[in-house]
Amino acid sequence: MADVLERVTKIIVDRLGVDESQVTLEASFKDDLGADSLDVVELVMELEDEFDMEISDEDAEKISTVGDAVNYINSKK
Amino acid sequence: MSLTGKTALVTGASRGIGRAIALELASQGANVAVNYAGSEAKANEVVDEIKALGRDAFAYKCNVSDSANVTEMVKSVIDRFGSLDILVNNAGITKDNLIMRMKEEEWDDVININLKGVFLVTKAVTRQMMKQRKGRIINIASIVGVSGNPGQANYVAAKAGVIGLTKTTAKELASRNITVNAIAPGFITTDMTDQLPEEIKAEMLKQIPLARLGEPKDVAKAAAFLASDDAAYITGQTLNIDGGMVML
Repeated sequence: MADVLERVTKIIVDRLGVDESQVTLEASFKDDLGADSLDVVELVMELEDEFDMEISDEDAEKISTVGDAVNYINSKK
Repeated sequence: MSLTGKTALVTGASRGIGRAIALELASQGANVAVNYAGSEAKANEVVDEIKALGRDAFAYKCNVSDSANVTEMVKSVIDRFGSLDILVNNAGITKDNLIMRMKEEEWDDVININLKGVFLVTKAVTRQMMKQRKGRIINIASIVGVSGNPGQANYVAAKAGVIGLTKTTAKELASRNITVNAIAPGFITTDMTDQLPEEIKAEMLKQIPLARLGEPKDVAKAAAFLASDDAAYITGQTLNIDGGMVML
């Protein structure tokens, strides 16, 4: 769990240029971390690469917070 | 050469304008994937010509209106070339008829290949181009998509749709350094226009200020320019290449 969160956090920090302390499980990509729609699409793409998984468009649409992403990845491992 | 080291996918590249574009991109240095739907022998000829220029090329059979097929094709291109810098959405068909006589199937077939096909291939390449933080998408529309043309309701609607799709794709992807433009050819000598009756050709010729039909090369040169780094500040535009037939 911690490992997944760590890796997800690193990607978010790199991609969105936010401070690590802002990346909490409750943080919304769009509302709290300043991402636009295309940024979220790219984040999902990077998560797919990082965790070597495919995230369908339907599932991707449900990922709006850091916690959503972490839970999704854990559920698929 | 302006396209040295670039990689391209050209749909409908076995004949006509697509063939000319594939060869022009290669002659300016690009490696090219030659998509075709039916003409395997012709596609292989294009591949051989490109290889004779010292570039890499391969033919790939794919109906652009089939999303699973399109996804596989784009994956194959990226596996082979390691990148995808240029997409030319050129594949297209005609099934002309007056609206009163046009069958629903004729409408659907043309919309599926000429409009939905552009959407599907574009969607399939965006992931790679977004990652690269660069890309060029060139959609081959038609001047009739701007002007309208009797007997081509399906084709005109699809081509006008491509122009709108071009503008939206350009706006969505601009922040990722991907440019998207359309070319609207006029009356170009290809197998497609050879099918037209002589009297229609004569009538069209009267409307062309430059008083000649266009050659596939006229379109290919412009496509190669739009694909180059020199065109970096051009996006969302439709370039009419029609001998002056339509001036807005």
